[in-house]
Amino acid sequence: MTLGSQILQYIISGISIGSIYALVALGFNIIYNTTGIINFAQGEFVMLGGITAASLVTIFHVPILIAFLAAVIIVTAAGAFFERLAIHPLKNPSVITLIIITIAGSILLKGIAMFIWGKDTYFLPSFSGDRPIHFLGAAILPQTVWILGITGLVVILLSAFFKFTLAGKAMRAVASNRMAASLVGINVKKMVLFSFALSAAVGAVGGIIIAPIALMDYDKGAIFALKGFAVAALGGIGNFGGAIAAGLILGILEALGAGLISSHYKDAIALMVLLLVLFLKPSGIFGSAQESRLKKF
Amino acid sequence: MDSEVLLTIRNLDAYYGQAQALRNVSLHVNSGEIVTLIGANGAGKTTLLNSIAGVLNSISGKIFFEEEDIAGLPSEKVVARGLSLVPEGRQVFSPLTVLDNLFLGAYLRHGRKSKEKIEEDLQKIWGIFPVLKERMNGYAGTLSGGEQQMLAVSRALMARPRLLLLDEPSMGLAPLMVKEIFRHIAELPRQGTTVLLVEQNARAAFEVAGRGYVLETGRIVLQGSITELLDNKEIKRAYLGKGYREVWE
Ligand SMILES: Nc1ncnc2c1ncn2[C@@H]1O[C@H](COP(=O)(O)OP(=O)(O)OP(=O)(O)O)[C@@H](O)[C@H]1O
Ligand SMILES: [Mg+2]
Repeated sequence: MTLGSQILQYIISGISIGSIYALVALGFNIIYNTTGIINFAQGEFVMLGGITAASLVTIFHVPILIAFLAAVIIVTAAGAFFERLAIHPLKNPSVITLIIITIAGSILLKGIAMFIWGKDTYFLPSFSGDRPIHFLGAAILPQTVWILGITGLVVILLSAFFKFTLAGKAMRAVASNRMAASLVGINVKKMVLFSFALSAAVGAVGGIIIAPIALMDYDKGAIFALKGFAVAALGGIGNFGGAIAAGLILGILEALGAGLISSHYKDAIALMVLLLVLFLKPSGIFGSAQESRLKKF
Repeated sequence: MDSEVLLTIRNLDAYYGQAQALRNVSLHVNSGEIVTLIGANGAGKTTLLNSIAGVLNSISGKIFFEEEDIAGLPSEKVVARGLSLVPEGRQVFSPLTVLDNLFLGAYLRHGRKSKEKIEEDLQKIWGIFPVLKERMNGYAGTLSGGEQQMLAVSRALMARPRLLLLDEPSMGLAPLMVKEIFRHIAELPRQGTTVLLVEQNARAAFEVAGRGYVLETGRIVLQGSITELLDNKEIKRAYLGKGYREVWE
């Protein structure tokens, strides 16, 4: 392989893992935008999605498409349940209380996953085989194509939802002004529930499509949460387009770093990006400073 | 029909933590009226409207709307009953378009059958405030203060309320804009919307209202028809300034 096609190879694998980071970051943003909370349990939804689909396919021999849908539905329900249990009962909680609760929630979800699945690693077969597609000297796994296609679809559906549907507009209204939203008749608490369910669904999709490339176990959530949070921060918290661009950037940086320097540094890159953003430009590279002054973080 | 009581408040107290902001407030609004409530900064006007609209729920006392007690209901349920609040400081959905703001004003009316009616109401709004039509695809946050006030009132009207609560619609607006907005407020009862208008700008409020209440440090201290209030020396001194009659007549 020439250096050129090798770099192309890294970039392609970076884009596919970056898509997952972008999906996790979208999950962060959906909840942030309706509630002002950073939900640190977001990574657990990714893990739950991947591990549920993998065990449905390998243990119960469910067809992949049905396992996909079932896992999304189960994790969506888990997201809604999490909101009802941990967030809903609080009256006027402070932001710091909410953050601690979502961290506690992520530990709890991880514990439940360990209880159900043990410490084993689960593997989901690729959606359509593993024979690589050759492109300019680089070998592309068919799963990469699935990842890009499904991520693209999720992004389009989400934007259409927020832009054109009544429920999507209502969620944006809640994000913009809670009091005014309830004054036009929007049930704010219902929208908060809905945002948790929606972001759990998005996280689950990410976990399922990445599972054939990254093995899944009960402990995978934290690293996805960290990467997703780094991406959300880099893209500007709450900024959807920023999350996608930042996800791809981080994914490519990681893949290049792992390929050209050493794979030991892979996870350190996300942390470095996060720290740099927080020190140098807390509003993210795509967020405006003025906007971030109005935010709670 | 016109003398039917729409809203009755009895012995309302409201609290912010330990601090009591309303004491034993009682008032009523008849169907078809414009009633104003005036008072200085911090008198409790916003607290009163927020208590009625369900924004504030640390209250005790009774609030009857169309003969049902709505005290303590959350805002979204109060709107559903036909009572809308235009909150202090307009509170438009800044990152949404003017059209979406209005569309969300009709949030509880959306359904298969109501599409045409909502469209009809939009046309009415365009008729009243043509500037909103011109800016309908612009973001609400980019409108001028006066335009935002027009939008806030219109958004509330999109719910087709039978009672509209207005919290200082004149705040921060140029006199000409105040005139324009109050001209439309004066029209509302004829279109089936009764109005409870909170103002610091007593002059503007007295121009459109038929009756009024005066709130001081959380208590109603005076009430009566506008003519009676205008004859009161204390009101002239405290809220209208000397030479009020000379200015307006
Ligand atoms: N969120 C709050 N927490 C604590 N006290 C409050 C709060 N909001 C208002 N108050 C207090 O309650 C009293 C009444 O306030 P309110 O806002 O109802 O007055 P207002 O008549 O609307 O004044 P303005 O004309 O300035 O709008 C004031 O003493 C105010 O300081
Ligand atoms: Mg006020």
